[in-house]
Amino acid sequence: MSNDTIKPQKFLEELRRYEKGSVTRRHFLGVTGLGLATSVMSAAVPGLQPRKAFAEGLSGTVNFTTWPNYFAQENIDNFTKNTGVKVNVTIFGSNEEMLAKLQAGSTGWDLFVPTNYTISTYKKLDLIEPLDMKLVPNYDASTQDPQFTGPGTIDGTLYAIVKDWGTTGYVVDTRKVKKTPETWKDFFDAAQGELSGKVLVHDYQLTTIGGALKALGHSFNSVDAGEMAAAEKLLLATKPHLFGINSDYQPSMRNGDAVMSMCWTNDGAQLHRDIKEMEYRLGKDGGEIWADHYAIPKGAPNRAAGYALMDYLLTPEINAKEVKSNGAPSSDSRVNAMVPKEMLENPILYPAKELLSKLEFGAAETLTNPVRAEIMARFKAA
Amino acid sequence: MNDAKHSRTLTALLLAPAGVFFVFLLVLPLLVMLVYSFGVRAPEGGYQAAFTFDNYLNLPARGKAFTNTLLLAPLATALTVLFAYPMAYFLAVKVSPRWRNAMLVLVVAPFWTSQLLRYYAWMMILGSKGIPSWLEWIGIADVRLLNTPYAVLIGAVYGFLPLMVPPIFVSLEKLDKRLLEASADLGSKPWQSFLQITLPLSLPGVATGSMLVFILLMGDYILPQFLGGGKVYFIGNALVDLFLQSRNWPFGAAVSIALVIIMFVTMYFYMRFVLGKTDQRRVAMV
Repeated sequence: MSNDTIKPQKFLEELRRYEKGSVTRRHFLGVTGLGLATSVMSAAVPGLQPRKAFAEGLSGTVNFTTWPNYFAQENIDNFTKNTGVKVNVTIFGSNEEMLAKLQAGSTGWDLFVPTNYTISTYKKLDLIEPLDMKLVPNYDASTQDPQFTGPGTIDGTLYAIVKDWGTTGYVVDTRKVKKTPETWKDFFDAAQGELSGKVLVHDYQLTTIGGALKALGHSFNSVDAGEMAAAEKLLLATKPHLFGINSDYQPSMRNGDAVMSMCWTNDGAQLHRDIKEMEYRLGKDGGEIWADHYAIPKGAPNRAAGYALMDYLLTPEINAKEVKSNGAPSSDSRVNAMVPKEMLENPILYPAKELLSKLEFGAAETLTNPVRAEIMARFKAA
Repeated sequence: MNDAKHSRTLTALLLAPAGVFFVFLLVLPLLVMLVYSFGVRAPEGGYQAAFTFDNYLNLPARGKAFTNTLLLAPLATALTVLFAYPMAYFLAVKVSPRWRNAMLVLVVAPFWTSQLLRYYAWMMILGSKGIPSWLEWIGIADVRLLNTPYAVLIGAVYGFLPLMVPPIFVSLEKLDKRLLEASADLGSKPWQSFLQITLPLSLPGVATGSMLVFILLMGDYILPQFLGGGKVYFIGNALVDLFLQSRNWPFGAAVSIALVIIMFVTMYFYMRFVLGKTDQRRVAMV
């Protein structure tokens, strides 16, 4: 884009060329400087946002709902550049919150990122639509790792496509922690003992209650009344020793306020990338393995653009950039072929087989179980 | 007759916008809440019609949230008054009128940036690399501020000061300076004049500002979430969790109704106390 001012004569020439269709909209906006002007002003004046796209008849804004630190800004920007569709990204803290918003209705979302264990409930409540595969040409079922595709398919119909997968363990700042916990039991012992005041747990029932259940030797997904009561007791005993209950734990870990935190693969990879001493561990006694999915809510106002964005992000080259940016591995072998070798050999992303085999996928029951929800709320309110 | 009818119509028309607002955005939602509060949680979360008092009987399960809020909100309001009063006094009495407006704008200026950003900044200031590290440098080690009630109090004073200063400022600016001269003539020392004239006459401003700040704090959840880090839990946080995490709308509705009742009772006694005081003064002055 040129910084020189354009002469009126030249502006009109370019306008005519654009009207006749002999130059692209992008060329026109670039050469006249209108692109820059529009992008500056459109933030303040919604009416100036691109309405009409030259690609695929897309227009308007697509509302994309996802998790923190979980997408490559470059990809989002390029999607807007290619289609003229502005992407409005909304960040959520938990699957429960996403479900609550969709249950309340009129979210205006076009594309969102639910986790494996929630999809069957969305389908049951009729909140997501069966995917129209014609609109997702870049998806190839044959290149997907079958380990992860189960939850998205219900009664033979595809409702959600895997975005990426990962695990739930904990991150430890080894500069400050002498003895790294090996198991979830060690995690809670250390939190109550030598690391008192410096440990974070998620603000999320699945992983926080799940972690406590593992520490007591139970299933991550238990909804057994006695086992859940024991987990609540452990959590309440740990609460006074915690630095905080927060799913946005990167700032506190980076800042040194916390030295250990429950952690997902992608955050573990990001922290380790920036600070080598930040080590991501899986409990030897187990934990969670998860897969986040793209899904389209029923009644999405800009459905076509929601599909287009999903398809764009599933394009192998684009998806590889997602993986490189947020650190969660893909389930698509075409993408893995494009990811740098160091990443594929990174044990944070691809843990050893014996650790993986102990992990459990979250169960649908944990999402709707009223006791689990209430235990989490009581733990926070204590 | 015709005139009276005309003015009645005019009054009705003028009141219509506020009336519609009041009925549709306050009374009706409150009724919905009331109905919901007697229901039960649907199997997948949400509301299912029923008639039970269980949600109200379960309120003690959020006892800590109520006591936290009822302790910290008034305390934070009082602290905000302590910080705001000298500022307002300085602006209204000491600063020349030329600079006064510019300085008032500066007081309100923080509102021009997002509240979330400002709380994130305070997370850094109160975190271990901020104030605690300076304290360690002068020999006070192991101070923890972030995720404690102190952090929430500091954040409240910072966040709500711009709401407290203007009403106090206005009541101080209106103050008739001749009263102070008369008081001095009659032999009062400056501090006596302040206690007997300035302070009582500025109480309405303090009352307005406190009410504003107190009401907002009682329902706040962002401040305790950011600076309390899940360790300092307000009723607002309980509500967010009940509606968005547990999706137990009926219990959430019961907690809301309890909050509304507590607010009404507190405000009633507060108004009676403050208005009582200022009325007495007014009578005494007349």
